[in-house]
Amino acid sequence: MALKVLRAGILSTIQDLGRWGYQRFGVPVSGVMDEHSHRLANILVGNDEGAATLEMTLVGPGFTLSADTLLAVCGADFEARVNGEALPKARPVLVRAGSALDFGPCRRGCRAYLAVAGGFGVDLVLGSRSTFLRGALGGWQGRALRRGDLLPTRDADLALYPSLLRKLRETRAAMAHPSWAATERVEALMPGPHLVRFVRGRHWNRYPEEARETFLSSEYRVGSNSDRQAYRLMGPSMIASEASDVVSAGVTFGTIQVPPDGEPIVLMASRQTTGGYPRLGEVIAADLPLLAQMPAGARLRFQAVELAAAQALLLERERELARMHEALAMRACT
Amino acid sequence: MTDTPPRPRAPRIAFFPLGDRALVIELGGRVSESGAALARRLADAIEAARIPGVREAVSAFSSVSVHYDPARMKAAAAPDQAGIGPYQLLQTHLQVVCENLGEEEAAPGVLVEVPVCYGGDYGEDLGYLALAHELAPAKVVELHTRPVYYVGMLGFMPGFPYLVGLDQRLVTPRRATPRPSVPRGSVAIGGQHTGIYPLDSPGGWHVIGRTPLALFDQTRDPPSLFQAGDRVRFVSVTPERYEQLLAGAA
Repeated sequence: MALKVLRAGILSTIQDLGRWGYQRFGVPVSGVMDEHSHRLANILVGNDEGAATLEMTLVGPGFTLSADTLLAVCGADFEARVNGEALPKARPVLVRAGSALDFGPCRRGCRAYLAVAGGFGVDLVLGSRSTFLRGALGGWQGRALRRGDLLPTRDADLALYPSLLRKLRETRAAMAHPSWAATERVEALMPGPHLVRFVRGRHWNRYPEEARETFLSSEYRVGSNSDRQAYRLMGPSMIASEASDVVSAGVTFGTIQVPPDGEPIVLMASRQTTGGYPRLGEVIAADLPLLAQMPAGARLRFQAVELAAAQALLLERERELARMHEALAMRACT
Repeated sequence: MTDTPPRPRAPRIAFFPLGDRALVIELGGRVSESGAALARRLADAIEAARIPGVREAVSAFSSVSVHYDPARMKAAAAPDQAGIGPYQLLQTHLQVVCENLGEEEAAPGVLVEVPVCYGGDYGEDLGYLALAHELAPAKVVELHTRPVYYVGMLGFMPGFPYLVGLDQRLVTPRRATPRPSVPRGSVAIGGQHTGIYPLDSPGGWHVIGRTPLALFDQTRDPPSLFQAGDRVRFVSVTPERYEQLLAGAA
């Protein structure tokens, strides 16, 4: 079975939780920008959380489905429709073979995730199904979707939600879905400015106190030249008081580095593996999904937190997802 | 002149958080071949230790970054470690790995000979570089092929080696404006380093030649021709030889 691509959208790529284990060879981790929405979408259709999903950006794609498909959409609202009828978000939806699945322009936030039960049928490349665009590596032929592509999906157990299966069999409706929805984290979909928390990094103290205070008290905007690799921030410049040459070393998702022009850059999912600029710190993992949903022009402020607090928050988010997993497993059988 | 007695190498190892899902081990000291070799050896040892929750260890010039999953790290902790956070748990594991690493010198990295066709269409900045340093182009080639370099780290793109050991006379600041496209195999100079572009890509380094070797191939294991700590020597070849080697590699 497959999804036939009628419209590609602006940037629709297959991603999973990343290509780990190859950064030592200079291979970027890649993977989803908004890990929370990706994992939730997978949980809803009974997939492993690491199964590949389709990450859509700003304007979504359009498909026809070759077979009955159990799917879920999480993240930003792209006004998805099945044969013209609104497709509800954040819940399992069983869609009838032959239906048209259309994603429109994104109203708030900027990325949504489509999970299909069984996952997408693309091969593992270096242990991951993520697309690394600049290296033309992994995902669907190493690139974003194009019109005319036939995107395969893997075999799945559609009987996960027997009531949906019954409803689809007994009616002529194009889709069947429950009335409940999983709780999404929707902070990013509200107007900003948003608070983005970070842990202070190796070179924080190279900046004079005045500069550090400016960073903590100023509003920044996401620059228009931001992408999956990095967010460029527009706001007050950060100029180090000491010589700013640093020995190149590993970076991570959320590293806030400052090139010589002083405009901070936050490294995102498709970041390079190493960086040679001074770093102010790292955005905490719990706030990365929020940042990943901010489109160009979105406003944000930074707040420094201690590492212990950041990790406690991350563990709490993990427990939330685990609870959701359990609740869904109980709902699935009904 | 005083003779300093040889002392056992005791690098100053220090741990720092790299956000809440990674940690960096700084090995102290300056960028050196032994530092890069130590980083590589430490990264290998960390991966071999299979610490639950560790995703990977990545070596760079004089540091190793360790990526981990705090939830898995916490879940794998012993009952009497309930009050200890994931970062502290990881650091405890890593200290053991560091202590067991031993004092023996790392074996020198593999020496890889890299055939390069210099100048002409293969290295369009060779002339500029020669002019900028007031050297004959042949002298630039001679200076570039003379040293045995070592791979300080891989980065920038899959399989791109940052080679250390460039002759000081060839050190050249990067181009003010990067080229939109540099062909794969291009051998280039950027600042203190020389490197090789594994894939067609934009690039700001000065291209002086091209190698027919495939630096990165996702179907190979490992996918990269070079690993951190390896050693590299460039060998000048004619365009005919370059084309022969390229045809042979295909």
